[in-house]
Amino acid sequence: MFLQHVADGILSGAIISLGAIGLTLTMRILRFANFAHSELLTWGAYSALVFVGFFMAMDEALGGPIGPLSFGWALVAAAVLAGGLTAAVALLLDRVVFARLRGHAGHMTLVFASFGVALLVRNVILMGFGPDPFYYSNELQIAVRVGAVRVMPDQIFVLGLTAVLVVLLHLFMTRSRTGVHMRAVAENPSLARTSGVDVDAIVRWTWVIGATGAAVAGVLYGLTVQLRPELGFSLILPLFAAAILGGTGSLYGAVIGGLVVGLSENLSVMVIPSGYKPAVPFLLILAILYFRPQGLFGEPR
Amino acid sequence: MTGVFSYLVFFLVIALILGVAVLGLNLQWGFTGLFNAGVAGFMAVGGYAAAILIGPSRDAVAGGFELPFVVGLAGAMAAAGAAAAVVGVATLRLREEYLAVATFGIAISIQLVALNWEYLTGGTLGLIGIPNPAAQLADGPLARNVLYLGIVLAAAGLAYAGLGRIVQSPWGRTLKAIREDETAAASLGKNPVRLRLEAFVLGSAIMGLAGGLYVGFIGYVSPFDFQPILTFQIWTMLIVGGSANNRGALLGAVLVWAIWTTSGFIVSKVVPPDLQAQSGALQAVLIGLLLVAMLLFRPRGLIGEEEHVSRHVRP
Repeated sequence: MFLQHVADGILSGAIISLGAIGLTLTMRILRFANFAHSELLTWGAYSALVFVGFFMAMDEALGGPIGPLSFGWALVAAAVLAGGLTAAVALLLDRVVFARLRGHAGHMTLVFASFGVALLVRNVILMGFGPDPFYYSNELQIAVRVGAVRVMPDQIFVLGLTAVLVVLLHLFMTRSRTGVHMRAVAENPSLARTSGVDVDAIVRWTWVIGATGAAVAGVLYGLTVQLRPELGFSLILPLFAAAILGGTGSLYGAVIGGLVVGLSENLSVMVIPSGYKPAVPFLLILAILYFRPQGLFGEPR
Repeated sequence: MTGVFSYLVFFLVIALILGVAVLGLNLQWGFTGLFNAGVAGFMAVGGYAAAILIGPSRDAVAGGFELPFVVGLAGAMAAAGAAAAVVGVATLRLREEYLAVATFGIAISIQLVALNWEYLTGGTLGLIGIPNPAAQLADGPLARNVLYLGIVLAAAGLAYAGLGRIVQSPWGRTLKAIREDETAAASLGKNPVRLRLEAFVLGSAIMGLAGGLYVGFIGYVSPFDFQPILTFQIWTMLIVGGSANNRGALLGAVLVWAIWTTSGFIVSKVVPPDLQAQSGALQAVLIGLLLVAMLLFRPRGLIGEEEHVSRHVRP
């Protein structure tokens, strides 16, 4: 039973990691806690659902499952499109709301505006799709036994994809010019600007990377759990817990933080009633802020 | 005619109770610059504390001390203040965002306790039969509501006058100094962390008071009375009225509550009843648009902060 909880924890942790990467980047580069970030997960998940519908209407065969997985190429293509659409929405929100407030309004006004934007996005989705859950496919999956634990093929796919994306992002941040610029802006925006870094372009890159990661995380959540309008709302605390735990701005910290949050949530049901499971990320946040506010991998300021 | 009048009384009772919570938030955000994302949670703590202290005794549930209403309100303030201290001590010495995240978290956790700890909170059924202090003195629902409106007016007036004095006092001026320039205030020997914590705890205690007043009026408390949307409503009231202005806080409460109830009435007439979740979402979208538009186009709100200049400075 313990090992099963560990396996489930790693799986939900992988999805939290993917979402938290974008959150930690915005907290570091755009310098505010974006409460609307987790709504981008919901947006990505639901837009993939719409795209899957399109593809299935075009050609029924696209929905056919790939190997042991529950989904077909339709969902893969839909996830890519959803990532692009979510990035576009993030850029639009930045243009309409956040860019206008950045600079002249107080810094907490941005946090506050993100609160309002989150409410808007969540309720627009609720209006469009209603409160009932959706699934990408109704295929039944046969669990695979790995040692003492049972996992679904989809869950193995989720783990593998997350690992690949984290490695790709690592290469981007360390090898590409844009990645190096992003780290420079995170470190010191005015020094980066005087060194000739186009800070506005870096801000756009941050939104695009964060939103794409969020959309993929949302699709993976929808794939392994279900799609609900409050999908993102229920992930706000786990994502913040992962980002703060890992140390704000630390990419690898967010990945480890996500795994810690996923594991603690799933293992908590062995000691406390499962009704209190959603409070676990909050307790983690309180504990880390009391004892090590810079996070596990952050540097003290 | 009496229908309109009795509805107006009912409306004002709720609007002013929310107005008390907005006053508490104004102390935190308006005068101190603290972002509290869990207003509904602190109101819930106050509501449950009051219900446990003044409610009737029951076998299956703890509490039910049948204490006087005023004791219930005092307990509501103390409990909400204590909850605020827990997150305040952890976060107020750190980056200001952490307070936002932690208050959001404690509101979620309070909701979970309300739902799951049946022995204390009655679970999803909540606690019922909370005595209305006005019912013992007045005959009939209208007289009762008018009398309760008097109680709420007294509470709101007390909070308004008290906060007005506090904000004018040296303590309140130091708060504003910290909000404007923390380094300067600290270099003059003020302790920003301590003052922020005091303002945060006091503001949350006032939200607890609002929760207690609410429960005393409707006569029961359940987890569904303090949903996250309530936090948004309180915030919108403050931003619309004008933060850092207590008259604006009360004006915003009445105005936004009027918009909310009217939009709810219209939406319920237009949207078919089987789409109830969607009509709630439509209302939330309207209030969200109002809030974001206010932030973008009129950030100081309808009234906004008055300029204060030292009386030693001659124009």
